[in-house]
Amino acid sequence: MKLLRWTLAVGLIGAMGAVHAEEKADPNLARNLAATCANCHGTDGKAVAGSGAEALAGTDKAKLMQKLMDFRSGAKPATIMHQISKGYTEAQLELVAAYFAARK
Amino acid sequence: MWNRREFLKGAALAGGVVALPGLSGCAMGSKARGHVVVVGGGFGGATVAKYLRMWSQMGVDVTLVERNPQFISCPISNLVIGGDKQMADITMSYDGLRNTWGVKVLQDTVTAVDAGARKVTLASGGVLSYDRLVLSPGIEFMYDQVPGLETEAARDTVLHAWKAGAQTVALRKQLEDMKDGGVYALSIPKAPYRCPPGPYERACLVANYLQKTKPKSKVLVLDANEEITSKKGLFTKAFEKYKGILEYRPNSELREVDAASRTAVLEFDKVKADVLNVVPPQRAGDIAAKSGIKLINNRWVDIDWLSFESVNTPGVHVIGDAIFPAPTMPKSGHMANQHAKVTAAAIINLLAGEAPSSTPLVMNTCYSFVDSKNVIHVSSVHLYDAAKKTVMPVQGAGGVSAAANELEGKYALSWARNIWADMLV
Repeated sequence: MKLLRWTLAVGLIGAMGAVHAEEKADPNLARNLAATCANCHGTDGKAVAGSGAEALAGTDKAKLMQKLMDFRSGAKPATIMHQISKGYTEAQLELVAAYFAARK
Repeated sequence: MWNRREFLKGAALAGGVVALPGLSGCAMGSKARGHVVVVGGGFGGATVAKYLRMWSQMGVDVTLVERNPQFISCPISNLVIGGDKQMADITMSYDGLRNTWGVKVLQDTVTAVDAGARKVTLASGGVLSYDRLVLSPGIEFMYDQVPGLETEAARDTVLHAWKAGAQTVALRKQLEDMKDGGVYALSIPKAPYRCPPGPYERACLVANYLQKTKPKSKVLVLDANEEITSKKGLFTKAFEKYKGILEYRPNSELREVDAASRTAVLEFDKVKADVLNVVPPQRAGDIAAKSGIKLINNRWVDIDWLSFESVNTPGVHVIGDAIFPAPTMPKSGHMANQHAKVTAAAIINLLAGEAPSSTPLVMNTCYSFVDSKNVIHVSSVHLYDAAKKTVMPVQGAGGVSAAANELEGKYALSWARNIWADMLV
């Protein structure tokens, strides 16, 4: 548990380094942004088993970030994620990816 | 009257059985303490109740007052009306909120709000004290705008089925009982109303049902708006598929109803139907109007977008379909769920003596079935704009499906399962 907390803290600090000062001041920003994904991907990225939605909890951060950026650029075809990912800045997506990577 | 000790006892009991879904993986504790009363257990109310508990690490006490014993979902209910799903598929229990999250769920109705004393009165006679109140009352129908629907008998004949439940079942029954060659007419009010694409989805699913089982029948869409209000191109294509059975008539505002003969009276025309389905104009749920909180156009609640707090009544937050919408923001269950999360975060900050987040972001996805399997979507992302003091759509984001497709049919059902779990489990 201690290790997990430490990992999470490091992950958050790392992610926050990438965003500007105003956003850095809000310790809940990553949590709040990630919560906007829950309607389709489950609370904290834990999708309902068998629903067919991609569970995001515990996904490697770099992998998730790459995927989101590919949706955003159009490199990765999608039904809807190419439209939704464009609504978030790269810094916001970094926070979201780090948050889900830290969920177990 | 529920006192605090009794509440805490209940919450502690509930907490004992459960493990700590809200605690695992949490690095930061929450200083927030207090009692939040939530009125209405729909997409907004149930979500705010769960997230207040989860994000405060069970530190904030939550009482949810809901008049119905179970949650019945409006999204997916058009599939019940079309015969593709059953009521059991859209009905869920509040036990997850009770047992997993320690929310005190009362089956009751709030009849009055005393915002000065921070108390609400229940129909059963009790009184609840709160530190913060969240109203998620949904919509009220403006029957005064539809002469002919004054009596209960008329409303039992000319259904809305725009709040899922007994009316959903009754409309399905009327369609099953309709003869082949009958006319189903659907009246759509002027925007804004709950679920912009919902009426067009319903028209498609009823046409789909009639085409298969009673092909001589007709679907008449009487739209008060000058054009289809959501996913216009995609619904226009879907309507073409039902050519010969479905007719779309824009600028067809309902003036009056003769319930006995199931006749819709329009400005220049009268339409006699076998099944007449009227979605009346709408406003914020009654408790909002009765609370003395500021309304816009006498219909929708004026809120501060950083906290969803009423602009003139401190301590009272309003979410979901009842609020005056931000530009291009739809009245949807998905959006109510997103309002709820911004509000839960803001209330936890406020109860801890901190300001709400200055950059709330919400997003929306609405899936619509155009037949039993094929689905179209509309999506959008909305971010708080400090200069405009409202939430604005993010330019370049969002959009609609390229075409109706079966893959999104699967995603739509997956969306439903995940959002229901996000609010209730």
